[in-house]
Amino acid sequence: MISMATPQYSLMELMTVIAAREVADGEVVFAGTGLPMLGVMLAQKTHAPRCIIIFEAGTVASRLAHLPMSVGDPRAMHGAASAAGLNEVFTFVLQAGRVDVGFLSGAQVDRYGNINSTSIGADPRRPAVRFSGSGGACDIACLAKRTIIIAKHEKRRFPEKVDYVTSPGWLEGGSSRAASGLVRGGPDVIVTTMGVIRFRPDTKLPYLASFHPGLTPGGVARETGFALDVGEAAETALPSAEELRILRDVVDPERVFLK
Amino acid sequence: MPGKLIGLQEAAALVPDGATLSVGGFTTQRHPMAFVYELIRLKRRNLYLFGHSPGGDWDILIGAGCVKRVELAYEADEAFNTVGPRWRRAVERGEIEWEDYSNFSMVARFTAGAMGIPFMPVRSLLGSDVVGKEALTPEARAADPRTAAKKAHVMDSPFDPADRVVLVPAIHTEFAVLHVQKATATGMVRIEGQSYADIQQALCADMVIVTAEDIVEDDVLRRTPELNPIPFFVVKHVCHVPFGAHPYAVYNYYDYDPLQLKEYHDGARDDAAYRAYLDTYVYGTRDHRAYLEAVGGAGRLDGLKASAKFGYSPDLKRRL
Repeated sequence: MISMATPQYSLMELMTVIAAREVADGEVVFAGTGLPMLGVMLAQKTHAPRCIIIFEAGTVASRLAHLPMSVGDPRAMHGAASAAGLNEVFTFVLQAGRVDVGFLSGAQVDRYGNINSTSIGADPRRPAVRFSGSGGACDIACLAKRTIIIAKHEKRRFPEKVDYVTSPGWLEGGSSRAASGLVRGGPDVIVTTMGVIRFRPDTKLPYLASFHPGLTPGGVARETGFALDVGEAAETALPSAEELRILRDVVDPERVFLK
Repeated sequence: MPGKLIGLQEAAALVPDGATLSVGGFTTQRHPMAFVYELIRLKRRNLYLFGHSPGGDWDILIGAGCVKRVELAYEADEAFNTVGPRWRRAVERGEIEWEDYSNFSMVARFTAGAMGIPFMPVRSLLGSDVVGKEALTPEARAADPRTAAKKAHVMDSPFDPADRVVLVPAIHTEFAVLHVQKATATGMVRIEGQSYADIQQALCADMVIVTAEDIVEDDVLRRTPELNPIPFFVVKHVCHVPFGAHPYAVYNYYDYDPLQLKEYHDGARDDAAYRAYLDTYVYGTRDHRAYLEAVGGAGRLDGLKASAKFGYSPDLKRRL
């Protein structure tokens, strides 16, 4: 008998499942390091088996058998259709406009979906906290047709404005992204441990599309450092038992990212 | 043979204080670590490093006080530690000069240098602080010819004023050092798996030094010349260094070493523990053979060996 009981899950697992669902089958996905590797591998092992995973270190269409810990991991070579270097995938795949979706994370995300993975502090020459830097994130955010952002939801991570725009989102909102000269793209969604945030088509202002079970729209807004319209928020659809099983037993059985 | 083959210590001694240098590999893969450890033992100072996504190769050089200035996109061992601990401290304490780019723009810069042209246009960076802000002052740039006169230049296309690009300056370095799977004594190079930006880094350097897991006969690599993208005459010196990338991975040879990376990253959070790590594994070892013994010798290294089926170790325990 199949149990109809509500599956138990952590917020990290829920966030990963919801973000993975944003990838459609057959899409070309350029995934950044960290949680995006977890999300894109889950998508490939569930509803999107034909998604084409690009990692910036040079692989095209990995069929992952083990979760990579690096976008240049030897594990990315498994089943890949092509392998070359950064220049080949950045120039001829990403810049040329062949990437449907970029999948990113970051230390800070602001109300227009701009991401900071460089430093905290008003003066980046004398930062209070220094991070890794862009890696390929800026390029992915600039040049993919749309971007999925996955990030742990904490007020300090979701400020009104990031200290440093490492990866451009909608910049200052409205048409400012296009005015900057960027030819395509922009953040489609921010999936967090509390809910799902999307952007208005014209103003690019954020709104809460859904809040995770057990939370309230007002509670999510209070944990967010920027103004968040919660008027249309619905409850997030639960992860299925099958999605959770694949995430735990197939994608990350070693608990590389899951706790 | 011996042709271009020289000893690792002899090769590292060619890099003087103040040199401009790029190092091959990507975060936790295929860095010429044995060469890096030699630079630390030689107490090289004021190096200028150029890279896209270095990892512990740069982090340990920075922590050991070998580095004056870096131009980079990323400095971390990814899921092993999301920021290089000595890099982070060096920035926060004002002990290093740096400039931020993105991976694509750094690779475009290496490519421009490799092509012999002064800059490369990219459609990336627009609207970001990577192009909007500068870590190096114009005065610091003007004072030092090792750094481009300008970080980047936003330009509308002369063919269509509505089409904007960012020009990023070419990189030329005095040295590029790669660690690869196979090389010949004549300088032919075979990279297996992802090539990262090793080819462009080699081709924009005055002197290319290659360290290799295996030295093979020319005929072996001449059978499939389409897999040898670096013209052999560009490579000046070749060193035979098995496990030369440890604790980082070399596709088809061995995996990264989670135990060693944990020890490094746990230690590098603290000045005294980091110093103890250097004393144990770098200053306290005479050469790479002694280093490999210090990390556990065959007992440790055999457990990292890649399976023929995967090119990595599928059973490796990665979270400790």
